[in-house]
Amino acid sequence: MEHMSLSFPAPTASGDDASKARAAAVICGVVASGNLEVLVEAGDDPAFCDIVVNTSAEGFGDIWRAVLRDFAARHAVGGLTLSINDVGATPAVVSLRLDQAFESFRSAS
Amino acid sequence: MTARGISYYEATARTRVAALVDAGSFTEFCGAAERLTSPHLAALGAPVAFDDGVVAGSATLGRRPVLLAAQEGKFNGGAVGEVHGAKIRGLLDRACVERPAAVLLLVDSGGVRLHEANAGLIAISEIMRALLAARAAGVPVIALVGGSCGAFGGMGIVTRLCSAVVMSEEGRLSLSGPEVIETVKGVEEFDSRDRALVWRVTGGKLRRALGEAQLLVNDDVAAFREGVIGLLASPAAVAAEDGGLAQLRAEHAALADRATRFATARDGREIWRAQGFAAPERVPMLAADEFNRALAEAVGANGGAA
Repeated sequence: MEHMSLSFPAPTASGDDASKARAAAVICGVVASGNLEVLVEAGDDPAFCDIVVNTSAEGFGDIWRAVLRDFAARHAVGGLTLSINDVGATPAVVSLRLDQAFESFRSAS
Repeated sequence: MTARGISYYEATARTRVAALVDAGSFTEFCGAAERLTSPHLAALGAPVAFDDGVVAGSATLGRRPVLLAAQEGKFNGGAVGEVHGAKIRGLLDRACVERPAAVLLLVDSGGVRLHEANAGLIAISEIMRALLAARAAGVPVIALVGGSCGAFGGMGIVTRLCSAVVMSEEGRLSLSGPEVIETVKGVEEFDSRDRALVWRVTGGKLRRALGEAQLLVNDDVAAFREGVIGLLASPAAVAAEDGGLAQLRAEHAALADRATRFATARDGREIWRAQGFAAPERVPMLAADEFNRALAEAVGANGGAA
């Protein structure tokens, strides 16, 4: 297993989204081969998105950083914390799952 | 929801729960944010899941209060570890206090999580004891089996301890899995790669025909929902039976009779033929309602002996 605790500058989440994150976490995806789960919760710094990655695929730190930096730049996720359990998902799957997690977080009541 | 519905077989545990219960009524216990992950998997350097592969909580179904647990078959084959098992056991203990209309177990599991060995076995035995206590307290426990991992090993036993079992043909229920049987007894005994045979032997239609499942429904979460609502509406269908020793003896006699009657059967088709199905070879092609009609006709022609 490889563990990474990363932080990326990101557009600040809207007030609604920030209060949602404090109210309830949202989980998306399953821990299965080639797949991952993403837990979305409230973070500390509204200018940054903190992301914790636990992955069974070792040695892909640079690719993780590239995919996650891209995600943080594309979405207003500043002030959120994402926690990931991964079993060797490809970068495309990771990217889609992150988008889905953020979407289901935003549409959660 | 689309016109095609949601395939129970394909859906994740969370999707099943959301579509099964009344919209928006689900409250999760020990949710993902609490991070009750498996210490055993962590010690082995294996991936963990924030919910340890089971979603537990309370909801309403047809406006009746229920407690439910849904296993995620895609995480380690839905196998039961220490935390996973404790969540199910706790839910059943809670049922003894809260007295909901029913506990629903959405079983999708190969059995005990081998990584956790004795802790997983103990968890299964605790679930069995808690399940029987809930039934004794008058709370029906209903198993739903329609996932890709079916209900095998310890979870196969747990399923058969329930007050009622709702299955789709895609769902499978047995003790040892086909690959285990082939490994131990040889391919002549059971060819685990013959998927049609595996489903004819362990799938929902044979289980329904033998009376081990009370309801066969199509592979659609909405069909499972309707099935469970129907069971909850007729208390007799899920009543806690307490016939004592006489009932136990009758059950043993029925099993002995079944073992004699189907002694030479090597395949679900032979059992359906012996039961009097008009076209046994076509049974796997039937939709749930066609199958249920054919079963009623066969049982009727047999004087009620399924």
